[in-house]
Amino acid sequence: MPDRRLGSQLAPHVHGWLLLLPAVALLAAFTYFPAVAALWSSLHSTPKGARPARFVGLDQYAAMVDDPVFWQSLWNNVLFALGTVPLSVAIALLMALWVNGRIRGRTALRMAYFTPTMLPMIAVANIWLFFYTPGYGLIDQVLGLFGLPDTNWLGSPATALPALMVVTVWKEAGFFMIFYLAALQAMPPSLREAAMLEGAGRWCIFRRVTLPLLMPTTLFVLVNAVINAFRTVDLVVVMTRGGPDNATALLLYHIYEVGFRYWDTGYAAALTTVLVVILVVLAIGQFVYLDRKVHYR
Amino acid sequence: MSRTHSIELDRVTKRWGASPAVDSVSLTADAGQMLVLLGPSGCGKSTTLRLIAGLDTLSDGRIHIGGEDVTDLPPARRHIAMVFQSYALFPHLSVAENILFGLKVRKVPSAERQERLAWAADLLGLGRLLDRRPSQLSGGQQQRVALGRAIVAKAPVCLMDEPLSNLDAQLRHEMRREIRSLQQRLGITTVYVTHDQTEAMSMADQVVLMNAGRIEQAGPPETLYARPASSFVARFVGTPPMNLFRLPEVPDIVLGLRPEAVQLTTSEPGPRPDVGPGLEARVADTDYHGADTVVLCRFGEREEQAMAVRLPGRAGLPVGTPVRLGWAPEDLHAFDATAGHRLPDDVLDGRYRHPAAAS
Repeated sequence: MPDRRLGSQLAPHVHGWLLLLPAVALLAAFTYFPAVAALWSSLHSTPKGARPARFVGLDQYAAMVDDPVFWQSLWNNVLFALGTVPLSVAIALLMALWVNGRIRGRTALRMAYFTPTMLPMIAVANIWLFFYTPGYGLIDQVLGLFGLPDTNWLGSPATALPALMVVTVWKEAGFFMIFYLAALQAMPPSLREAAMLEGAGRWCIFRRVTLPLLMPTTLFVLVNAVINAFRTVDLVVVMTRGGPDNATALLLYHIYEVGFRYWDTGYAAALTTVLVVILVVLAIGQFVYLDRKVHYR
Repeated sequence: MSRTHSIELDRVTKRWGASPAVDSVSLTADAGQMLVLLGPSGCGKSTTLRLIAGLDTLSDGRIHIGGEDVTDLPPARRHIAMVFQSYALFPHLSVAENILFGLKVRKVPSAERQERLAWAADLLGLGRLLDRRPSQLSGGQQQRVALGRAIVAKAPVCLMDEPLSNLDAQLRHEMRREIRSLQQRLGITTVYVTHDQTEAMSMADQVVLMNAGRIEQAGPPETLYARPASSFVARFVGTPPMNLFRLPEVPDIVLGLRPEAVQLTTSEPGPRPDVGPGLEARVADTDYHGADTVVLCRFGEREEQAMAVRLPGRAGLPVGTPVRLGWAPEDLHAFDATAGHRLPDDVLDGRYRHPAAAS
């Protein structure tokens, strides 16, 4: 019977699509549609009252070039990434190497390092707000013991962004440590022993065996760290609101302000598009550049 | 060869917590000798090897390599090479880089490195694989690379931890001969760990059979086979191993008999002038190997004892066939029934009449 044959041929395809459907629906509704919609909106003016959006071409992007806050937040974000990514990855690796060794109480140590990751960012921000409070905050109290003057860490343009970087490193390093720790534990101990027998010292083993074998993990962690650096907004909202004088305005915070405080949604969409392009370029760049140096089994 | 070194272990002990994994082990591998540490899993043979390598620290005893006390030296300063069970090749390095790893670390000049690489690659037939990564090699090829890394340093002592256990039977046989000939040609003192008694018997100058952290017997393969020091050795060595059985006439003794020493005759009615009364038994199973057949016979009051008999060719004995088992008195081994140690050869004299002697 032809009907049945057609049915039996179609059945696997139908099953396949049905299985994919939930994921496809969610991705389409919450990722792809908004992305395309943002790109679409960025080519239009912001609708205001009775005046609907109209096509303006690249006008929004032209406005961006003349927007000093955009350039400042982009620059801030580059500094923020440069300040947090290498440091948190390096600290994560160091902590992982340390708690991977045979030391007393290493389970407690691993837990301690991982705790900041489990805290919500809002809670972390509030804890650190107290640390940074001028006069009676933890840092100033400790510094006061040595007779040092009070500092308004979050209130002065010179220290506000570094202060946010410290919080980010503190929160991220423990998370990345878990990945390094997992990779270290998956490494057969005989490799280390073989290198030892060949006369390699600790540093030599680390440089010539451990580090190259950790490259896939490093790539993964780096991509995540960079994306996180360009997505940071909660910290800014809670701790500084971009101030003082836009010293801590990061890209996403600028987008948030433009979109939801000034309600200039067309311009916000253009900013969002630029941010996404930056992230895509960075991710592809890291994969292409590092992939050549990364060994995959 | 002047580079050869002997290895001496003097009452070496390793405890994990309270229980000893290696219990007062003393042994000597003469320079250029192949010493095989044999034993079931968990007997302490691998731990002993790791102690010699310096990868674990010993709780007690001394280790000398080439006359030098290396007990407190780090692995790198013991002048040893090691082949790991997993090969432990560096997955991110090419075959050539793997082999040269140690020479680079030890800052051997580039020209000499290349010379030695060519020598090792030629010896092991690795010439065309030098640019590959370990993941692109078969198990046997990886094994050769591991061997290459071990010999390229020209260390006088090589330790091997079950190097062939990840290979298939055919390849294992080939590599066994290759490792042995390499070891003899280069005169490397080798300690080789295995749980495979065939491997031990065919490769070793000296076999050290371990059980529960102690040495059961040490000696040339022929000695372990011909005169096992305990019922444990008797059960471990040989395929199939020695038959151990009891007879009501000697209740405090366990008797041992190699399968090829049993004389089997089918119990046809009528007089048998050559063979004495012997043991009445019944064929329970036959295992055909090509050149010979191992016939498993059951005997005793409730047929609770078993005796494997090796017969040439195809035996053609159906299950259930009644048979008679006999042996020459000098083929019989005697072990203490409780402690398991070997008893003097004359212990049976006057206490038990051999079937063959009774004729």
